[in-house]
Amino acid sequence: MITRRLFCSALAAIGVLAATASHAEERFITVASTTSTEQSGLFGHLLPIFEKTSGIKVRVVAMGTGQALDMARRGDADVVFVHDKAAEEKFIGEGFGVKRQEVMYNDFVVIGPKADPAKAAGKDILEGLRRIEAAKAPFVSRGDKSGTHAAELRYWKLAGVDLDKAKGAWYRDTGSGMGPALNTASSMNAYILADRGTWLNFKNRGDLGIIVEGDKRLFNQYGVILVNPAKHPHVKVADGQKFIDWVVSADGQKVIADYKIGGEQLFFPNAQR
Amino acid sequence: MHEFNEPLVTAWQLVAGADARLADIVLLSLRVSLTATLIACVAGMPIGALLAVGRFPGRRTLIVLFNGLMGLPPVVVGLLIYLLLSRAGPLGQFGLLFSPSAMVIAQAVLVTPIVAALTRQVIADEWTEYREQLRSLGASRSRAAATLLWDGRFSLLTSALAGFGRAIAEVGAVMIVGGNIDGVTRVMTTTIALETSKGDLPLALALGFILIAVVLALNAVAYALRGWAERHWG
Amino acid sequence: MSAAWLAVDRLSLTEGSTRIIDDVSLQLDAQRTVVLGPNGAGKSTLLRLIHGLLHPTGGSLRWPQALTQAMVFQRPVMLRTTALANVIYGLKLKGYPAAECERRARAALAHVDLEALAKRPARLLSGGEQQRVALARAWALEPELLILDEPTASLDPASSREVERIIKAIAASGARILMTTHNLGQARRIGEEIVFIDRGRIVEQTPVEQFFTQPQTEAAQRFLKEEIP
Repeated sequence: MITRRLFCSALAAIGVLAATASHAEERFITVASTTSTEQSGLFGHLLPIFEKTSGIKVRVVAMGTGQALDMARRGDADVVFVHDKAAEEKFIGEGFGVKRQEVMYNDFVVIGPKADPAKAAGKDILEGLRRIEAAKAPFVSRGDKSGTHAAELRYWKLAGVDLDKAKGAWYRDTGSGMGPALNTASSMNAYILADRGTWLNFKNRGDLGIIVEGDKRLFNQYGVILVNPAKHPHVKVADGQKFIDWVVSADGQKVIADYKIGGEQLFFPNAQR
Repeated sequence: MHEFNEPLVTAWQLVAGADARLADIVLLSLRVSLTATLIACVAGMPIGALLAVGRFPGRRTLIVLFNGLMGLPPVVVGLLIYLLLSRAGPLGQFGLLFSPSAMVIAQAVLVTPIVAALTRQVIADEWTEYREQLRSLGASRSRAAATLLWDGRFSLLTSALAGFGRAIAEVGAVMIVGGNIDGVTRVMTTTIALETSKGDLPLALALGFILIAVVLALNAVAYALRGWAERHWG
Repeated sequence: MSAAWLAVDRLSLTEGSTRIIDDVSLQLDAQRTVVLGPNGAGKSTLLRLIHGLLHPTGGSLRWPQALTQAMVFQRPVMLRTTALANVIYGLKLKGYPAAECERRARAALAHVDLEALAKRPARLLSGGEQQRVALARAWALEPELLILDEPTASLDPASSREVERIIKAIAASGARILMTTHNLGQARRIGEEIVFIDRGRIVEQTPVEQFFTQPQTEAAQRFLKEEIP
């Protein structure tokens, strides 16, 4: 009988351990954002400062832009912080968002083998892509409806490459986030379109380097949107708006500009106030 | 061997340096998976015992069903729970999505069939040995099931542990319903996934080693407990 | 005890095409009955049918008055708990209050000379001791009919003698005994009446002395010759 009691108290102990969650109700908002902001380390730099000044915790769920917007459509986020202008405007048009505000931009770069077998190096993104396609050099696509994926498709179109026809073994549609896609490119020694922030923070580079950069068309605009409480009444309007107001404020913009990796600035604030 | 030396060193540094963030992540993993396993045991063990001992229509179908559900893909469970808990879903009003509770629910759903199916096997074996004696003493089937659950408690520890191993090692479900939020729902497996996608393979592998060490340690404790029980109770 | 306490009427149990118990009719009136027969004769099956563990495919059992029963098996089944708790378990199932369970269980263990081992894990006791716990568990229920299926088959001679002593004590307390054994000496020491069966059929039912000195059937004669070298 003693063991029975012991056994039961052990079970109870596990139960208590399990139940003692961090149930101290804290003040927080949920932000649906992109892998690029999370994995580049920007949020790790930005959010603690906001949390300290406002007392509001920010819970970031990072996924592709398309997924992040869908998540907000379902009412599972208070704020979206993403980078696909067309998709964002559609989101607003459907009534899910209150207002889109521009926050900052970074830029895309084409990453590829340093030896550059397709001779794609240069400043012109469209020419670079044409050469990759012409050489049928391995190219990794996110293929996940993310902002980066949307941008990539836009560039192919502008370059006059009809992907539906040109697609072949050289074009690898991976359906994965920025990091996993970079890992794939690294192991296959392939070309890939990436945002500079994730690339700079990425460790498993293998033989890859930057091939195309500096084209104006590669700028990648980030916007922030409060989810519409008319659609989802539980949205934390006040705290969500506080976060938005702060990132577009002089203070917030300076913090964004201050974030550097290896001395290199990753995001360029351009909020219009 | 170089690929494995660096992560081992990193793992050691993380543990030896008593990294507070790492400790939080490991504790959250344990808390979520232990709770889920506990719930799965409370639900799954009686189910398993009744499937072993009971006689009712549909019993065979249920046995096949639970055996099949052992292989439930975590991503699918994650997605189902996500849709249930999402604000737009039927349980949205509770606001559980992206919380440790959501992860517990998903893992409990994932693990209950495992615990139930393994329990059924253990109890079915006991039932063949005990059946006549228990019936002779006048035990009803549900009473017999309860007796066998208690009597097989040390063997059932292995079933619970198998469930726990599945819970703590899975990433698909907790990633979807937890959202891998730093400091809130980030557990060992989602951290490993994140570090992998950042291309920090040594750190990811180091965390993997720590995960393995935690699971091994728990298994060792359970094994020792079972050995003691066998010496003590036969 | 001359009136029959059980009438077995054309009882059969068929499994597939095998007739394990084949049209058995029988009146049991002795206080101590031993069922004998070669291996596979259906002895254990007959006991299980009478105890209600198996359901006949034909025929019936008639009990002039309902008897409370307990059964002891060849291999004692012990729960992973103490000897005392094993005895208490049977009593608890009968719905006695906790204090009464404990009192009766301790008394039963004393009857089988095991009070010193009451708190020991039952599964770690020797085979003989475990069988005595099983007897205590049965005895504590104060059955009017105790059924035993080869209770000493896997025990050494010393343990067998102890078990035999306990069976006699239970009989002396008033319970009817119905048992099978392979040990003819034991059958002779315990039984009042022998039921001899072969291939699922009753061959003869005779008072014990007569069975061993002048068996009525050729089959029983052959059986005795083979069993007593």
